[in-house]
Amino acid sequence: MPVDISLNVNGKAVSAQVEDRTLLVELLRENLRLTGTHVGCDTSQCGACVVHVDGRSVKACTMLARQAQGAAVTTIEGLAEDGKLHPMQEAFRENHGLQCGFCTPGMVMSALDLVARNPDPSGAEVREWLEGNLCRCTGYHNIVKSILAGANAMRGGS
Amino acid sequence: MAENGIGAAVPRTEDHRFLTGTGDYTDDTNLPHQTYAAFVRSTHPHATFTLDTSAAAAAPGVVAVLTGADFAADGKGSLICGWAVTGKDGEPHKAPPHPVLAADTVRHVGDAMAIVVAESARAARDAAEQVEVDYSPLPAVASMREALADGAPQIHAEAPGNLCYDWEIGDRAATDEAFARAHHVTRLDLVNNRLIPNAMEPRAAIGDYNPASGNYTLRLTSQNPHVHRLVLAAFVQIAPEHKLHVIAPDVGGGFGSKIFIYQEETAVLWAAGRIGRPVKWTADRSESFVADAHGRDHESHVELALDADGRFLGLRVSTLANMGAYLSTFASCVPSYLYGTLMQGQYTTGAIYCEVKAVFTNTTPVDALRGAGRPEATYVVERIVDRAAHETGIDPAELRRRNFIPSDAFPYPTQVALEYDSGNYALALDRALELADYAGFDARRAEAGARGKLRGIGLSAYIEACGIAPSQVVGSLGAGVGLWESGGIRFNPTGNVLVYTGSHSHGQGHETTFAQLVSDYLGVPFENVEVVHGDTEKTPFGMGTYGSRSLAVGGSALVKAMDKVIAKGRKIAAFSLEASEEDVEFSGGDFTVAGTDKRMNIAEVAFSAYVPHNYPLDELEPGLEETGFYDPANFTFPAGTHVCEVEVDPETGVTEIVNWVAVDDFGNVINPMIVEGQVHGGVAHGIGQALLEGCTYDAGGQLLTGSFMDYTMPRADDLPDMTVDTTCTPCPHNPLGVKGCGEAGAIAAPAAVMNAVTHALGTSAIDMPATPQAVWRALGSQSQARA
Repeated sequence: MPVDISLNVNGKAVSAQVEDRTLLVELLRENLRLTGTHVGCDTSQCGACVVHVDGRSVKACTMLARQAQGAAVTTIEGLAEDGKLHPMQEAFRENHGLQCGFCTPGMVMSALDLVARNPDPSGAEVREWLEGNLCRCTGYHNIVKSILAGANAMRGGS
Repeated sequence: MAENGIGAAVPRTEDHRFLTGTGDYTDDTNLPHQTYAAFVRSTHPHATFTLDTSAAAAAPGVVAVLTGADFAADGKGSLICGWAVTGKDGEPHKAPPHPVLAADTVRHVGDAMAIVVAESARAARDAAEQVEVDYSPLPAVASMREALADGAPQIHAEAPGNLCYDWEIGDRAATDEAFARAHHVTRLDLVNNRLIPNAMEPRAAIGDYNPASGNYTLRLTSQNPHVHRLVLAAFVQIAPEHKLHVIAPDVGGGFGSKIFIYQEETAVLWAAGRIGRPVKWTADRSESFVADAHGRDHESHVELALDADGRFLGLRVSTLANMGAYLSTFASCVPSYLYGTLMQGQYTTGAIYCEVKAVFTNTTPVDALRGAGRPEATYVVERIVDRAAHETGIDPAELRRRNFIPSDAFPYPTQVALEYDSGNYALALDRALELADYAGFDARRAEAGARGKLRGIGLSAYIEACGIAPSQVVGSLGAGVGLWESGGIRFNPTGNVLVYTGSHSHGQGHETTFAQLVSDYLGVPFENVEVVHGDTEKTPFGMGTYGSRSLAVGGSALVKAMDKVIAKGRKIAAFSLEASEEDVEFSGGDFTVAGTDKRMNIAEVAFSAYVPHNYPLDELEPGLEETGFYDPANFTFPAGTHVCEVEVDPETGVTEIVNWVAVDDFGNVINPMIVEGQVHGGVAHGIGQALLEGCTYDAGGQLLTGSFMDYTMPRADDLPDMTVDTTCTPCPHNPLGVKGCGEAGAIAAPAAVMNAVTHALGTSAIDMPATPQAVWRALGSQSQARA
């Protein structure tokens, strides 16, 4: 049963007709061609699909597109401004917080929600927060380092 | 050191696109008129079957339902294993047919029987559910011992007794003799647990066929697009090589699992030809669990003979290796030539004998996974050495040091067919012990004990054979392919450079490392270098990325190409500067004439090469582009010592890794930041194997760990911060002196963890994964034994 939905994605109003079973991640990837949000599993474990819905991190594979009716969604594509990386993105780059890049968008989006809740997390707090984000490449060492550096930069540190 | 040159921790070029969501993974592409595929997979581990596809074919949006019978009717071939291992009896291994779509018999859960092609992914999946499968179940066997037993269900008529091969290496008689004069013999039974690779990007493929040209294109998650093309052309015979274009775009991790030529991409490409439209398939994770080749899965009995001084006289290893239901692309060489050949470890062990039975079972095929044979070998050697240390009362570090191959003994011919080229094992051990404060362990153990925790420390002094490898050697051992690599350098008229490599980057950072190498070697600004990989129509034929080979072999191929560029540039400069070629020198990007101030930058040389208005064309060709092919003289032998320290909570059985030190000798290093990252990831994979990951089948062959909810992947809070350091004995036989770093962590880590855990527990009666339950049980059986 097709449903019409409208929402705001990365600051732009969008509308689409989707099946009632269409997932938010499918709307983003297939309808809007925002392919930075990835699908790494089918059980909501891996976190490659994390986006922000009304400012909070959400696994976009776990939410129906129609549930995002009227919401403000931010994806990885919505972070950099005028070609300049967000400080959290920049921290991942400087600290080699990514290798194959597949989990990276989810990691960055998840990290930003952590920092919104806890601007100065400890390494242990970062590791605990990342429970819902899997990475096979990095061993998390440099992801933790990146998030700590990104949080520091967002606090205005050097 | 140049800012972006060899040895600099240059941030990665590829990161910007990955961080902004603009990477180009296979599933990110949709082609015009594309259709979508779903597979009908066996739910039985072993059965004959018939299919009724009529309802599915009539379902909404369905374009085609194709079966094994259709595939056979088109006269296509089956999947192959590219390495023929010869057994003790002189006979080649048993390689039964591996159908692209099973036609009448399925042999593992997940075996593909039909491909459903439809207008949408959902329609394809919905229709696949409507294919009616009438199974006649056959007895199934998941355990290797049961598969080898008399009366076991037979999986392939071509492999009596389910035996793929019974292989040996080393000198049995000399080893028996060494044991006969042993002062002490240590014995251990070890299980190397089966792992599921789980690269974060599921496999995907888009097949396309152009009826106008007769050309096929396959875009897929591959670590080796040329190898995919070769096998699909020459063996499966989908299309001839020159009519098949294979693209491996950004690939989200491989770890070995994307080397192999699988059922799905083959069926997708064939189906595209059948229907004349693009066909796309993206695995969901549940499919990955049953359809990606698994790793490891050994059972071994190990014996080490020592003399009165603790010197290793002999090592005897008997291993069962699970092949799963079919021989995957390189499965046969993993528990043989990538395993038995590493039993020398870092030691002067005088006699070695290793025998391996490879066994078919009704489980997903098993093939190379990060380390591939070498983690299994290191686990055998480093566990038994540690056990021997505890039995003899010799400190584990001291026992290792006492038996190390001395640093002045290279090249060192091993008892198991290799020749180690360089190394300094004591240097890495000493550095690791220092960084881990090994001397202070007893105090830390006492302090932990006061808190009710059991503390243990474990070493793993690993070695690996990488840079795979010399074609002559692997050819003599049964490999069906050569294992060289290609590299191309193309100067554009404006002086910037395209670098073509036959290797493939799926997280390793080649776009950065190779650009550093070329920038440094040719004196071209880093930002003027672009690395091209992963496309059979762009790069020269190449063997791809696995076995920590990309820099050692592929980087060396680039050096050969760059040397040709410089040689030609010298001719051009000599002509342009009116000097004799012998007087032209090249350094830092400039050709200079000795004893004069005449100079010409390589960018000017390139421009001249493309604007040859006054060239003596009979002596000098226009253009500045060269290709190199490099086939190494030997493997490379990265080695080092990792130290793991754990605390076990005896109340809960939870093991916490409280410290990790890695000291690795990778030879020369191009980008230390990337190398550290590779070590981190490898160690995490190894810790996952040791503490968390265990693929489990029930006795009948049903996979019990079929999702991330059942199969424990390492998460951030399971892992420690790591201290990573390197030593350096350059590889003497490749032009860069590099050895390779991609697998070291996964090779070293499992033994280090388990040596620490068994040290903490005071018993070696525990296998991987040392989950809280396993630890708790091991402690329980100990206290029962004491009671």
